[in-house]
Amino acid sequence: MTKINFIEFSGAEHSIDVDNGNTVMEAAIQNNVPGIDADCGGACACATCHVYVDKDWVGKIGEAEEMEKDMLDFAFDVEENSRLSCQIKVSEELDGLTVRLPEKQF
Amino acid sequence: MEKELFETDVVIIGAGPVGLFSVFELGLLDMKCHVIDILDKPGGQCAELYPEKPIYDIPGMPSVLGSELVDLLMKQIAPFNPTFHFSSMVQEITKLDNVFWEIKTDHNEVFKAKVVVIAGGGGSFLPKKPPIKEIENFESNSVFYSIKNKEIFRDKELAIVGGGDSALDWVMNLEEIAKKITLIHRRDQFRAAPDTVKKIFSLIESKKIDFIMGQVSKLSGEGGILESLTCKTTEGDIEVGCDSLLPFFGLTMKLGPIANWGLNLDENLIMVDTEKFETNEKGIFAIGDINTYPGKLKLILCGFHEAALMSQQAFRYVYPDEKLTFQYTTSSSNLKKKLGVS
Repeated sequence: MTKINFIEFSGAEHSIDVDNGNTVMEAAIQNNVPGIDADCGGACACATCHVYVDKDWVGKIGEAEEMEKDMLDFAFDVEENSRLSCQIKVSEELDGLTVRLPEKQF
Repeated sequence: MEKELFETDVVIIGAGPVGLFSVFELGLLDMKCHVIDILDKPGGQCAELYPEKPIYDIPGMPSVLGSELVDLLMKQIAPFNPTFHFSSMVQEITKLDNVFWEIKTDHNEVFKAKVVVIAGGGGSFLPKKPPIKEIENFESNSVFYSIKNKEIFRDKELAIVGGGDSALDWVMNLEEIAKKITLIHRRDQFRAAPDTVKKIFSLIESKKIDFIMGQVSKLSGEGGILESLTCKTTEGDIEVGCDSLLPFFGLTMKLGPIANWGLNLDENLIMVDTEKFETNEKGIFAIGDINTYPGKLKLILCGFHEAALMSQQAFRYVYPDEKLTFQYTTSSSNLKKKLGVS
């Protein structure tokens, strides 16, 4: 189990224990964290699981693949630390990872 | 646009896998189908969201790509020769009398049918609206998510936002007729056909269009008429004068007009029985991801099952005086003839 922290736009925090191998998006959906829509169910095809990775974690989490970078074009208010949470696989190294959610997935 | 009239046995709303397979099940029972979909191609989510993703839970197919499944279904239903109406959204369903329904689309197509099958999946694929403050105030005059008549942009100053095929195609299409085009995208890479991207770069280099790397953060204007927008860039905010904004951020699924058809809904899903998959309106069925009932699973295979059972009841509406005999495609010469394999 790995701890992942979600911070909603409102500031509400959710700390969740996630099985390694699951994605950050799956962790949010299975635990009813509001603010992640995941319309396509994790196919990297909709950009509705957009998160901002905490600055301290950007280096550790690895780079997004081309497909994900392309899909981020369909998200809003994309920043340097923007990722699609369906493409972040949870592993021990990510224990304590914090992601912030945008005001709205669209 | 001139009104087009069609009369048929069954109108299927949605050309996703479940809508397509309905053509097969209804066809075996001699019912002719027209299929309407808002996308410009068959396949629904399989085509729009995951054409290249393998699906592992179609019975008998250990792994099949979304696009492959659609191709196979199209082949399977070909003997029944359905009529497709793409890029059309059903707006209204009205009861004409005790036998017929009237179905109207946003393209002025009017259908008269005995049975309506809603296989609408996650709803209609509609353009995403970027959550820019007060954008809705400008939507009737200055903000356009799709383009029906490009002449309205003649001699206008346009801001086109996005980096995909839609955004870039419209830049090229409107470049000649607009007074000025500013293309706005969050990065200097584009996700579009290589040839299109090449042309866009040459338009930028020759200064025929302006390009700003950034994201729209604010719209300004009076009385719903856009005058300028603010673009957030790495070098600070840039003000761009424009009278029209065309954002292209892809598609999202929304229930859309389905909510207005007088059907019983539960959390945006259509309630049906589990014998016939019929709604509270006799003759209107809902199958696949769009319906709900106790124990419902949103799986393609469940939608296929629902299509088969729905067809049994549909037959009773289309051929009220005929007896329905159950037959297998493996052995019935009658069915084999319909499939063209006898």
